[in-house]
Amino acid sequence: MSALLLTPMGFFSLFAIFGIGAFGALMLRKFDTAANWWGNIFAILGSLLGIAFGIAALTSISTFSFAITTASFPIHFPFQILSFSVDKLSALFIIIISAISLLSSIYAIGYVKHFYRRYNIGTLGFFYNLFIAGMLLVVSSANALLFLLAWEAMSLTTYFLVAYERAEKKSVDAGLLYFSMMQAGTACIALLFMVFYHFAGSFEFSAMQTAAQHIPILWQTVIFILAIIGFGMKAGIVPLHIWLPAAHPAAPSHVSALMSGVMIKTGIYMLIRILIGFFPAQPIWWGLTITGIGAISAVLGVLYALTEHDLKRLLAYHSIENIGIILLGLGSALTFSALHLPALAALALTASLFHTINHATFKSLLFLGAGSVITQTHTGNIEEYGGLWKKMPQTALFFLIGSMAISALPPFNGFFSEWLTYQSLFAGIGTASFATILVSMVSAGALALTGGLALACFVKAFGITFLARPRSEHAEHAHESALSMRLGMALIAGATLVLGISSGYIVGILQTISKPFFAFAETVPTTLLTASPQTISIQDGLSSSVSGSTLAVALIGMIFLTALFTLYGIYRKQHVTIGRTWDCGSTATPRMEITATGFSRTIVTIFKTVLRPRMQTSAGTVTLSVADLSRVYIYQPTSSLSIVIATQVKKIQNGTINTYLMYTAVALLLGLLFSNLL
Amino acid sequence: MIPYFYLIAQALLIPALSPVCIGIIRKIKALMQNRRGPSIFQPYRDIYKLLHKDEIISADATPIFLIAPYIVFATTLVVAMSIPLLGTFLPTIGTSDIIAVMYILALGTFFLALAGIDIGGPFGGFGASREMTISALAEGGLLFSLFALARMYGTTDLLAMPQALITMPTNVSIMLVTALSFFGFSVALLAENARYPFDNPATHLELTMMHEAMIIEYSGKRLALMEWAAANKLFIFITLGANLFFPWGIATTTNILAVILSLGIFFIKMTGFCIAIALIESTIAKLRLFRLPNLLLLSCIASGIAIILTTLIA
Repeated sequence: MSALLLTPMGFFSLFAIFGIGAFGALMLRKFDTAANWWGNIFAILGSLLGIAFGIAALTSISTFSFAITTASFPIHFPFQILSFSVDKLSALFIIIISAISLLSSIYAIGYVKHFYRRYNIGTLGFFYNLFIAGMLLVVSSANALLFLLAWEAMSLTTYFLVAYERAEKKSVDAGLLYFSMMQAGTACIALLFMVFYHFAGSFEFSAMQTAAQHIPILWQTVIFILAIIGFGMKAGIVPLHIWLPAAHPAAPSHVSALMSGVMIKTGIYMLIRILIGFFPAQPIWWGLTITGIGAISAVLGVLYALTEHDLKRLLAYHSIENIGIILLGLGSALTFSALHLPALAALALTASLFHTINHATFKSLLFLGAGSVITQTHTGNIEEYGGLWKKMPQTALFFLIGSMAISALPPFNGFFSEWLTYQSLFAGIGTASFATILVSMVSAGALALTGGLALACFVKAFGITFLARPRSEHAEHAHESALSMRLGMALIAGATLVLGISSGYIVGILQTISKPFFAFAETVPTTLLTASPQTISIQDGLSSSVSGSTLAVALIGMIFLTALFTLYGIYRKQHVTIGRTWDCGSTATPRMEITATGFSRTIVTIFKTVLRPRMQTSAGTVTLSVADLSRVYIYQPTSSLSIVIATQVKKIQNGTINTYLMYTAVALLLGLLFSNLL
Repeated sequence: MIPYFYLIAQALLIPALSPVCIGIIRKIKALMQNRRGPSIFQPYRDIYKLLHKDEIISADATPIFLIAPYIVFATTLVVAMSIPLLGTFLPTIGTSDIIAVMYILALGTFFLALAGIDIGGPFGGFGASREMTISALAEGGLLFSLFALARMYGTTDLLAMPQALITMPTNVSIMLVTALSFFGFSVALLAENARYPFDNPATHLELTMMHEAMIIEYSGKRLALMEWAAANKLFIFITLGANLFFPWGIATTTNILAVILSLGIFFIKMTGFCIAIALIESTIAKLRLFRLPNLLLLSCIASGIAIILTTLIA
């Protein structure tokens, strides 16, 4: 089976399926239902093959790689760019991308129905399939030029998906913001590869890896900064994050699930690939910088999420928070690598990879849940929800599971990766480098604060949406969503629990990915992190262990016993009356319930120096608005500055062709002069 | 086998003993106010009475409201099996890491807050909002104070900590670390258990109430479970404070006499904690809500200094 899959043929058939799905959906664009089924069925088939391919590549001993050279190709190309490589890291990402695509596509069959006769279903299927194929190509290309093409394909297709609801001005604006930021990011990545090309003389990743250690320190720094900006833009680190809260709510929900759950992780993938994979010895400040960025992103992400009333924007800010948590692990890994502590570096990278998987599952689950709610209530504003548990109990249950997983509550998966992240930060406090101690300690505090605030935020997001009484007409008339949507959500919800219970097993697999990255200083073979199927344990320095299965059994068992004891153990003749909520003698109306604004008001007030809230009161309504500070202090000044410059530059453009010819001549002359001087 | 027996015994012993803690605190507070006060066993009678009462449930309640008491109570039972009460010999089953214990308790808080919102009354929602705010801010101080201990003991596993203790020397720097982190821990204890100066456990009619506001709609058996779970949580925090920061008299063998003796010593320490809490509640006023973050930050900083001290020792 794996011999059949791990061939160029098997690899290309993966893309062929998505291609058939894409172009078939485009051809069927006149028939909504057919286009919907065609596009999603092929996405499902492709994803299934992708999962099989990823598992085969992960379990195979050697790295699967091949290149199509000019000799084997009947047409001549100036650059040989078609080289592919699927190592264990790529295989992991292929599995994540395929698995989430699979479940999102199942969900999409029911979800896309509400676009019928309003938007073109064929183009949705077209871009959706190409988007998944683009992501798969990004993580499997081994050549910088091929990578850039795939990266652009991924960005472009998502632009069309973000701006899909083109009748909404919000979507078009979000698409434009997303597009321009992605172009800026890609420009940095292109520059980065040019720097590499200068030293490696080739666009092949393997050549870059060999050349990386001979790159002068100055240029290494340039590469690091370009990587942080270029890939950080995609990942959504603060302050390069502002496209996320705009683009995720605008895109259709199954696409936001993929974008937030999977696509932003390709930025993380490339950071691991380049910073850890290419460079054998990193300066210590790289790791500390990334840890610092992670801590800031985590805290600011969750604080902005708390102030949000739009369900999908709230989730988008949580993606920023979780990318921050992933970067805490990644930064610690780089730091330990710089300090020549391979076992700890492997631990931290494992934490980072595990959180990447976990965030992919629970964040896509939450976005799919949000999609169900929004299609029923026709609004993203959580102030207008309320009481949805009674209208859509299954969606509510899945959203609750997602909320618990993202809040790192045991026994769901989020807890175990956060536990590993905490342990890597604790290990950082145990090192001899003072800077590392300080950064790790502040980050551990930031992670604790983030965890607490995320819990508060999901009490808000879940409680205000699904509990109490409906606060609007739409919420009152909501119904449970379609079967395929519930099926997609149920499968991911199950995955969050299974990943949590089998966390020991997963960590064991992830170690085989993370350990080879730090094989450089294996003088003393330290096995710091051991994982049996039941338990993850850490020895040396600070020892500890957590067990996914015991936590699950203990919690579920105790809940069961408590319920059994109270219901049947004592006084079985108890009489239960259904009554009204105590309302101090007045009549309790939905207006008396707590709102999302009211809920987060205390926290916003406490953090007012960071958030700068503005409060407006008008007859009976209080609006508490928080502007994203990076938007106010970075993006708006940049935008107005570029407009000022453009107005000045406009002066030299008088529209006469003679003048332009003169400009060209002068430029040429100056260029010649300059090259002579050099 | 015997250590596992003690672990299960703890899960039964902690709910059996926890109401007396509340009783002692109330008794001392009454004495300080020149009242005789109810017997220290009154909380048992209250729980027994509530367990035999009929229940009124709001028509707005969802399954969250119905199952929250079971979950909140169950989380305290799981934590009861993860803390060193009976001795240093308790086996770790993978639930006793400091992060695990904090997040298991957070699971209870999560459902407590959701239950507060669920019935759609104005009290529950605001109680939930305040509770989540305080617990989010208290988490840093609690983590740092326990982690400072973990640095000294060389493990983040609560059950393994007292084992490391036997070989540990007693000197000034270790006492300083313990003192600083104990301050951090005490603040977190008061915050997590809704005691003064964070919350007033004795009133139902104050606009600033937190814990009582969230459970205001509960009655009968479910109220009994909620009250009992709160008592368990207080007992758990007192156990951590008594046996991790002042680990004198903890049993080191599974000998039944040693365990009973150490339990006796634990009762003295526990009474000390109860007296301290009662003294705080009788002598200081409840702080304004927006002054609480400063206190919690102080607890975080004190424990942070303790952590830095541990790196200097090592």
